[in-house]
Amino acid sequence: MANQRSLFDIIGPVMIGPSSSHTAGAVRLGELALAIFGERPAEAAIELHGSFASTGRGHGTDLALTAGLLGMTPDDPGIRTALEAARAADLRVTFTDADLGEVHPNTARITLRSGGGRVVVVQGSSVGGADVILTRIDDFDVAISGELPVLIVEHHDQPGVIAAVSQILARHDANVASMEVSREMRGARALMVLETDQPVDDAAVGEVAQASAVTSVRVVPAV
Amino acid sequence: MAYGSFAELLAAADENGSLGEAAVARECAESGTARTDIFTRLDVALRVMEDAVAEGLTGTARSRSGLTGGDAARVASRAPGLAGPHFDRAIAAALAVGEVNAAMGRIVAAPTGGASGVLPGVLLAVSERLNAPREKLVLALATAGAIGGVIAARAALSGAAAGCQAEIGSGAAMAAAAAVELAGGTPAQAGHAASLALQGLLGLACDPVGGLVEVPCVARNATGSAVALAAAEMALAGVAFPIPFDEVAAAMGSVGRSLPPSLRETALGGLAVTPTGKRLASRSSPRIDEER
Repeated sequence: MANQRSLFDIIGPVMIGPSSSHTAGAVRLGELALAIFGERPAEAAIELHGSFASTGRGHGTDLALTAGLLGMTPDDPGIRTALEAARAADLRVTFTDADLGEVHPNTARITLRSGGGRVVVVQGSSVGGADVILTRIDDFDVAISGELPVLIVEHHDQPGVIAAVSQILARHDANVASMEVSREMRGARALMVLETDQPVDDAAVGEVAQASAVTSVRVVPAV
Repeated sequence: MAYGSFAELLAAADENGSLGEAAVARECAESGTARTDIFTRLDVALRVMEDAVAEGLTGTARSRSGLTGGDAARVASRAPGLAGPHFDRAIAAALAVGEVNAAMGRIVAAPTGGASGVLPGVLLAVSERLNAPREKLVLALATAGAIGGVIAARAALSGAAAGCQAEIGSGAAMAAAAAVELAGGTPAQAGHAASLALQGLLGLACDPVGGLVEVPCVARNATGSAVALAAAEMALAGVAFPIPFDEVAAAMGSVGRSLPPSLRETALGGLAVTPTGKRLASRSSPRIDEER
């Protein structure tokens, strides 16, 4: 954001206070976690690290993360009553303090569980202003800012997968702004994260899902 | 991109007629957005500011910690004060937005959440004093944005990076320049107003009690508005600050880098570590897990 500042980065954003990092950024982390999970979770176990743990309550970080997991945006007045809204939506949210190691002071680790028992663990930090960065999905290192739409492709680590995916995106006119691949070990489960300038259309997502060695595809919109 | 220097902004104001018009013209060109759409977005921001002032003045906004709330109504309900009703109005409006922000209300982070009261305080008081038409008020908001953009390019806008001078100080510089354009001053006078405001707050520490955006942040929005009004009065009378705004802004950045980390939003210095500050912090900020 710093290198392409608009008038509305200074006069804005419109947000629920009090803190762009501890409140607005926390909503965006929740929004991103929800998009990565891909469905409404039944349970969210949230670990708060550093400043999120020590001053989170006074800044409404707990409400903000919960609001994001319910699909609210940083300017939604419903953030104030997000815990009640979560109860009404049968989303069970718990908070604990945790030492997550050498990470940014404003970091949360969110473990999401569906009614069917599917689990995804997402970790991210609120790094200043309302800017955020998601740093981990399960055991994979990532760097997702939420500024651009993202395509997350889980696949088996084998030659040709990256080329196949990028060819599909090229055919559908989606320009790749950044790309990251990480894997558990050679030949094992791998994760490809592609930031694109344009949202990837459903047809392209369908083709990627059909590509050889691809096990799942998830679209995460800009938040 | 926003203007990276006041010199560049001033030259554009020559062509466009005012700093506000220059800011809108640049935003149109860079974003490919129509002028009317930019006016609409600025008008929406202005309305959020006005709503936050109105909400804060009801006196019902209380923060979760219980440290702030009710002071805006206290100031507003007093009879006209020492410096006249418009000064009171600015102070009350700035406190109102600060209190609404602390109570998880809706505000415009301009330049930040913690300093979101300075600009509405000054803008609303001055526009009421002058009976300014809406379009001029919207343009004044654009002026404030352009000044904030210059500060972002030459220094910083966050307390963590450069102390409170970067938040309340920047808000005051933005508000002072906006007030001068609203009052019919020249673009050069608006620049002097921004310099006069920022020089008055150079070195201001960011020392929030308990790390919360409450004490002293809420009150600092009001004192920031007062500095902005003093700066605008001087500039409109023809007072010229001898150091150009670009250099004042760079000086703020350099002072910010010299501030120890204890005075940059860590709650490890200043008012945060006074005996009372520490007592208030322990009483008002239980950890999230202790609450359950």
